[in-house]
Amino acid sequence: MTTFKRPDGRKVDELREMKAKVGVVPNAEGSAMFSFGDTIAIAAVYGPKKMHPQHQQNPAKGTLRCTYNMISFSVSDRIRPGLSRRSTEISKITQWALEPVLRIDRFPNMVVDVHINIIQANASTRCAGINAATLALAHAGIEMNDLVSSVSIGKLDKQLVVDLNKKEEDFEDGEGATDIPITFTSTGDKITHIQLDGKITTEQLKEAVKLGKEACKKIYEVQKTALKNSLEEKNDK
Amino acid sequence: MINKSNLIKQRIEKYLAEGKRFDGRTPEEFREVIIETGVSKHAEGSVRVKIGKTEVLVGVKMNVGEPYPDSPDSGNLMVTAELLPLSSPRFESGPPRFPSIELGRITDRGVRESKFIDLKKLCIKKGEKVWTVFIDIYSINDDGNLLDAAGIGAIVALKNAKIPKYDAKEEKVLFGELSEESVPLSKEIPLPVTIYKIGDNLIIDPTKEEEDVSDTRITVGSSEGVVFSMQKGNEKSLSIEEFNKVMDLVKKTEKERNLKIAKFLK
Repeated sequence: MTTFKRPDGRKVDELREMKAKVGVVPNAEGSAMFSFGDTIAIAAVYGPKKMHPQHQQNPAKGTLRCTYNMISFSVSDRIRPGLSRRSTEISKITQWALEPVLRIDRFPNMVVDVHINIIQANASTRCAGINAATLALAHAGIEMNDLVSSVSIGKLDKQLVVDLNKKEEDFEDGEGATDIPITFTSTGDKITHIQLDGKITTEQLKEAVKLGKEACKKIYEVQKTALKNSLEEKNDK
Repeated sequence: MINKSNLIKQRIEKYLAEGKRFDGRTPEEFREVIIETGVSKHAEGSVRVKIGKTEVLVGVKMNVGEPYPDSPDSGNLMVTAELLPLSSPRFESGPPRFPSIELGRITDRGVRESKFIDLKKLCIKKGEKVWTVFIDIYSINDDGNLLDAAGIGAIVALKNAKIPKYDAKEEKVLFGELSEESVPLSKEIPLPVTIYKIGDNLIIDPTKEEEDVSDTRITVGSSEGVVFSMQKGNEKSLSIEEFNKVMDLVKKTEKERNLKIAKFLK
């Protein structure tokens, strides 16, 4: 466990420096920034508002609509602006990651829009996006049972590590890199999202999930502090 | 039915007749400008421009490609703008609509027509390989005057950009490795200013509220009294007399506004 050297010198269970701030987009009902090191995501919430077109309205419960988008200069090789197949998938994954904690059933026929933009990317962008989105939803005052916290667990050769960066994502020695982004309810232990690319035994995967839960506890602390700070700022005014 | 925007318009006009605005500014006063450079590590140049509550991100990326047939010895410039749905409840996802296309094009012309970038110096091999400069504009919060915010952002981002390293043998751009070389720019700095007409009044730097009730606007890209680009927007007309006033106002406000930005231009 201790002999493995990560490219940026972190301990295997060490996250990059995290930052979170609530209220970064004044126009929105709720908004937040969340970063893992150089990976920076911002999210803004608009709604609940009436769903249009009308035939998409659901009288049983509201609709959560997430849009994940990377800005063109967030990576070294310029991305063509607009939605890609990748971003369409991540948008849906993000919605699924958030829905279990959201009381969207309180808003029949309505829609809540969550827009996530990646300002700067160094891997784990969907996790940073989910972490920002859950804060933005809380900031918007939309009823939730819990927050969610998201992290990527990696396996580099045989070693499990927490919060992959780009260099680690491209790791090629031994068994190469396995990337497991995972999202938990913040105070519970429910998994609301998990994906995997790579190669790992079921035994080690179970261990990875456990490691993810531990990391998410640290993320939750950062999220909680950001929300508390925003309340204090409000009270000061 | 009472038209709410008409009421706001009447009130704004009444205030302006007395030389006042809702936020306490004079008609010719720009909001506080905050500029932060180097906001994205993966861009060749990047900047965050805040004008009051309005915020845009502008990034410069560069790549090597073929020149256009009509300018075989010149680099290319491409400016795009995205009005992110994140930045306003009015913006929706989907293919670019007119406002974002216009924002990109007006900013493009301000940079291009002033010859701010010396595109000839961005030629690597005539007729075959030239640098393309991409300027990408993203709105983060729209509280009026995205036009000026984007224009200022484009200029400052270019000023801060470094050209990526290029492997001439392999004919490959080494992304992520920046050279010490800056983008070749002229000394003159063509900052745009947009003048808005509300009733009989002319103002600069409107908030969203003011922008909504304005009759027409003119964006002027100029530097020290020389105009390089101009575009009038919206349906209402402008008399010759008013147009002359617009020109005077451009000159008059340039100094004070540029002073607010100068410290970020170095």
